[in-house]
Order: sequence, then C-alpha cells, then structure tokens
Amino acid sequence: MGIAFDEMKGAGEAIRPAYQELSRWLAELPPDTLEFRRREAELLFRRIGITFAVYGDAEAQERLIPFDVVPRIISANEWRVLERGLRQRVQAINMFLRDIYHGRDILRAGLIPDELIFRNPVFRPEMNGQAVPHDVYVHIAGIDVVRVGPEDFFVLEDNARTPSGVSYMLENREIMMRLFPDLFARHRVAPVERYPEELLATLGSVAPHASSTEPTVALLTPGVYNSAFYEHSFLADKLGIELVEGRDLIVRNGEVLMRTTEGMKRVDVLYRRVDDDFLDPLTFRPDSALGVPGLMSAYAAGNITLANAVGTGIADDKAVYSYMPDIVRFYLGEEPILKNVPTWRCREDDDLAYVLDHLDKLVVKEVHGSGGYGMLIGPAATQAQIDSFRDRLKHDPANFIAQPTLALSTCPTSTAAGLAPRHVDLRPFVLTGRDRITVVPGGLTRVAMQQDSLVVNSSQGGGTKDTWILHEDI
Amino acid sequence: MLSRTAENLFWLARYIERAEYLARTIEATLRATALPSAYIGTTNEWESALATAGAAQGFHARYETADERSVVEYLSFSPDNPSSIRSCIDSARLNSRSVRTALTGEMWDTINSGWIELQSAWSGRLRTRDQLTAFLRFVQEISLRFDGSAYRTMLRNDAYWFSRLGVHLERADNTARILDVKYHVLLPDKEHVGGPLDYYQWTAILRSVSALTAYRWVYRDTLKPWLIADLLILNDTLPRSLASCYGNLVRNLDRIGVAYGRQGPSQRHARGIRNRFEQSRMDDIFQRGLHEFIQEFLADNARLGDHIVTQYLS
Repeated sequence: MGIAFDEMKGAGEAIRPAYQELSRWLAELPPDTLEFRRREAELLFRRIGITFAVYGDAEAQERLIPFDVVPRIISANEWRVLERGLRQRVQAINMFLRDIYHGRDILRAGLIPDELIFRNPVFRPEMNGQAVPHDVYVHIAGIDVVRVGPEDFFVLEDNARTPSGVSYMLENREIMMRLFPDLFARHRVAPVERYPEELLATLGSVAPHASSTEPTVALLTPGVYNSAFYEHSFLADKLGIELVEGRDLIVRNGEVLMRTTEGMKRVDVLYRRVDDDFLDPLTFRPDSALGVPGLMSAYAAGNITLANAVGTGIADDKAVYSYMPDIVRFYLGEEPILKNVPTWRCREDDDLAYVLDHLDKLVVKEVHGSGGYGMLIGPAATQAQIDSFRDRLKHDPANFIAQPTLALSTCPTSTAAGLAPRHVDLRPFVLTGRDRITVVPGGLTRVAMQQDSLVVNSSQGGGTKDTWILHEDI
Repeated sequence: MLSRTAENLFWLARYIERAEYLARTIEATLRATALPSAYIGTTNEWESALATAGAAQGFHARYETADERSVVEYLSFSPDNPSSIRSCIDSARLNSRSVRTALTGEMWDTINSGWIELQSAWSGRLRTRDQLTAFLRFVQEISLRFDGSAYRTMLRNDAYWFSRLGVHLERADNTARILDVKYHVLLPDKEHVGGPLDYYQWTAILRSVSALTAYRWVYRDTLKPWLIADLLILNDTLPRSLASCYGNLVRNLDRIGVAYGRQGPSQRHARGIRNRFEQSRMDDIFQRGLHEFIQEFLADNARLGDHIVTQYLS
C-alpha cells in the first residue's frame, strides 16, 4: 500500500484549489478553537439525541459517533463526475434487479453464473415475476465511494437494501452551520437540506397504481432499540409521515392498515428500514416480531409499495459486486463511469489460489458481511490472525472475496495532537422515483479516527465529517 | 395519529407528573419529619409517604423499616421501583424517543437534557440534605419545563390533548392518594379546635399539592380540615383538585371527540364524574363518608384510564 492521497495537500506541497480557503481559515484560527467547537458539537449531538446503539455493548447503550469539525470538500468538477457515475450505477442496479426477477437475460447471456444468484441466500424467490411499480427496486441507494488519487474514485460497496447514514449528512450540516457560520460565508457550499423533500416526492411517486391521489407514506422501523432508530425518527419527522412499528400495522383484505386513534387507516407506501428477513413472519423468519404478518401477500397483490423492494440484496452482495462493470455494460451499453475495486472471487480456483498466497497484502471480506465485521485486513493482521483466517477461507471459499488494500485518501482531521491526515470514504445517497433519479449534492463522509486505520465503520470507532460539495468551479 | 403514539404521549405525561408528585411528597415529608414530635406526632411520616406514593408493598419486600434514607432511596433512585423518580424519568425518555416525531424540539430537549443530567449529576447517592433538596427541585423543574413547553409549543391537536389527558388523570390519582392516606386527619370534629399536631399534618397535605398559599387566598381563614378537603376535592380553581382535573379531562376528551366526530365511553364516564363534583357539597361527602368517597373515586379514575385505552390507545 502506497502513500495515501491527501485531499487537501495532494501529492506535492501546494494546497489543492478546493481546500485553499479552508486551509487559510485553519491557519488563522486561534489555537484550541477546533477542540472547543468539537466539544460544543458533541454537546449538541447529545442533546438532540443523535446517538446510535452498539449491539453487544451493554455498557454504552447509546453512543455518539465521533464528529470531526473539519469539513471534507469536493469540488464541483469532481462531483459532476461522481454524480453521473452514481446515476449510471443505480440505474443499472435497478435494471439488473428487474431482469433477475423476470426474464434473466443476463444469466442466459452467461455473464453471471446461475448458482451465484439462485444459491444466494439474499435472492428472494418470492419476487420472481412480481411486478413492482415503475420497475423501481432500489428507491434509496447508498453507494460507498473511496478515492485513491486526484481522478481515481472507486465504488467500494453498493448498499441497496436499507442504507443508513443520511441523517448524519443532514445533521452534520446543521451543526456545522451553527458552529462555523463564518467558514460557510467564505465558501459556496451546495445545500443538502432538500433531501427530505426529494425523498418524500420519490416515495410518493411509486405508490401502487390503485392508491388514492394522496398516497399515505409511512416509515417502518424495527423500534427504539435499533441502532439506527434516531435516523428513522428523524426522517419520519422531516418527511411528516408516521413512524410505525410492525405492531402498528395489520393486513386485512390484502391491504396494509395502521392502527390510529381514529381507527384503521390504509398505508400505500412503506419506507421500510426493516430487513427482508424480518418483514413478514408468514413468509420469512417465523420468529420475527418486528414485521407484519401478511405483508408479503398485500405486496404480491400490488396494494403496497415497499421501498426498497424485497430481494434487492442480490444487487449489493459482495460476490455480485465484482460483476458490476459487466452489469453496467450489459444493460446500458455504456462504459462504467465509476470504477470497481479489483476483486478476487474466492469461489473461483485461480482467484482462491492467488488470495491464499497473498493474504498478508489483501483485504478479505465475507460476501454477506457488513459493518466491518468478519473481515481480514492483511497488512494490519498478525500472523496468527492470518492463519486462522486462512482456515476459514479454505473451509468455505465461496463465502469470501478479496481486494487489494486501497490507500484510501486522507483529509485533515482534528486530533488530540492537532490537525492530522485521516482516511475517509464517502456515501452519497441516490434516490430513484417513477421518472427521475435524484442525487443530493453531498453525502456521509466517514473517517477513521485512528492514525493509519482504514476502518471507517461507526460500529468500530469511525467518525463522520460534514461533506461539502462546492457549488462552482474554482 | 397512531394509537401507539397517542399511548406514548399519554404515558409520557403521566410519568413526568408522577415524578413531580414524588418529589413534592418527599419534600413535604422532609419538612414534617424535621419538626419535633410534639408537633407532628409519632406516626411514621415516611411510612405514609410510601403509602401516598402507592409504593409501600414494593418497599417492604426489600426493606425492613421505613426511614428517611431507605424511603428517599426507594422513591428517588431505586431501579427496583418501577415508579421511582428515576424510573419515571427513564420511562419518559424512552417514550419520548419513540414518539419524537410527535414532540416539539423544546419538549424533547426538556426530557432528554433532564435525563442526561440525572445520569451524570445525580447518579450517585445523595449524601447531604442540601443535595437532596437541590435534586427534588431539579425534578420539579423538569416537570414545569415539560408542561410549559407543551403549553407554549405544541400544536393544539390530538397529540396535545392525549398528553393533557395523561397529566390530569395522573394528577387526580395523586391528589386522591394523599386524601386516601390522610383522610382521618381531615374528618370534621366540630368540637375539636385542632391542636398543633393536626395543624402540621394539614400543612403537610397542602404542601404536597403545593396549595398552602392557595388555601389562604381562597378561604382567607385559618386551616380547617373540611375546607382543606373542599379545596382538594371540589374547588375547581385549584389546579390539583379533583374537580379541576376532571374539568380538564372532560374538556380534552370533548376536543378529541369533536375532532374525530365521535364520542364514546371515555367522554361519558368523565362527564359523569365531573357532574358528580359539580353537584356535591363537602357536607354530603362527609356524611356519606370521606374515605368511601375517595376510594370510589380512585376506582372511577382508574376506570376512565381503561376506557381511554380501549377507545383510543389499542
């Protein structure tokens, strides 16, 4: 792994244009200001209640995600490319899902092996032939992008199920505007505040055909103990829709109804933040108390839109990921704008042999893992860790993929020892409605707070930054 | 609105009201027990504090004797007591979190920052009287801020009305409990002028519903037990009187009924109780038996809670 690209300093000594104003401002800043503001921000987060739960950590039931007050800046030019790439990718993902659950042209063309789809636990046979309004499967996508050079953006992961983090995009901005009005005045930062409105319009546009002119949208949460509950309540509030739990809903005569103080009320669109497995105990896990019995039958009857659709996991599966460039070419006849990280599929013998020989240099991930769990970062691992991982890998190669360790770009970050470069990634959010795709200029920047660490996941101590997309070219 | 949301708002308001009531009960008991026994008598005031809090049974399952240390601990901080101040604030915060969309920012901030302060500043045991008094004031301030921010910032719709129902139902229950425990010192005995013993018992009652000054303004008289009973039961100018609580319950239930275009058992039941207050005089109540009256009321009040749950919250 080479030396990481720094988004402020670039390769040489000169400050990159997008960061010049920030760099001047940082230089003028009285000492301790950043630390002082960081504490102020933390207090605000705590009071607003922007916390998340960490599973298996009884001590810290509610934790704050560390917030770094130094913004991450992306120039208008860079964003234009990113945005085009994101639209292209999400469009292809939706076409891929439509195809997988209907004609399966891509399988017949031999581009993807059948068993990768049909033996995949996230493939949902219930969705075969099921129509979804306007063929939109992934209404909300969070695409994880990393940068390794001035022009080099890679998609690290497509999150097509129930991506979270958008509340941080919005709240980080609110808090930054409160803490640093002066710094905003010196930049032209594209606003992100329209996101809730765009999301509501997106969800409303995909209501079932039969529904009334004013569709009722609700957000389905697993409940107050879910790690992302704050985000669920935040979004429901901003969208002005009911935040429902499974126990608030019943299915009657093929319709989904919510229990209100005035009796039962029909729901047309469910922005569900509950995983497929827990949606309907009659169809999926029978022990789930989070879901709604009969929901899938109402879905099959076309009486409710689920956003995202059921079965989208087959598109963000890490093994399918490696085929994304082919998927883009196949459906759109275009070259992918955003690159994929080179990926070895351990299910294939040659790749497996290569990976086993280079474990100390690669990142090996479980195909269905998430949150940074169950992965091996070769260069940072001990020999013992590598050896035990090798056994797991040999035992079930199809369950793993491997990628080179990327030198994720760094951004100046406020640390105990002053400003220092820390590795970052970016999760922009892409909305797909009936007739348009919307990408709000911004996203969630996650930052590895530990020196040299590449793990940005909040469940593992990663932090966040406000992400600024400059409105004009510099 | 979602039934669950209404239910959460209703209970949230009840928890906060209950926490305040507990704080005032402890405060009044501290005052009473600071007096020489010639003034307050030999009854165990901490025992009656437990009784008015409805916590005697749970307490005695864990403690031998009711003294200041154990009762304050049990009523304020004990996680074993589902109705301790701490448990109330914890439950209120949990309820608020799940219905944040129905709360204004100010209300959330009151509950959340109160909860945070309770976790940090008041987490240990209180060693001194000063600390305890400061704590009890802090709890009452949460309730004042909560009520004030609800009044000043909430939309006047069903969310507000359900939360008011919680406040007044709980408040009526609390006032009735004090009367239930202390009714014997309020029984009129025309021959008896009232020694110092009774006087301090009476002021303790009034203090626990913060009505001592109000008494003077309403009756412009020395403390008379039947007037104290009148103030707490029938005088609808006192916000904590049973009559006032029922005036408010009827008003808020009516608003819900109008908004939803439908009345039900809750409205009828509440109106029945309110009418009884309007038509009663203290003499009649004493004649029929104060204790019986209070016990009947407690059961009626609980029944209204059940009606509200069946009609709207489930």
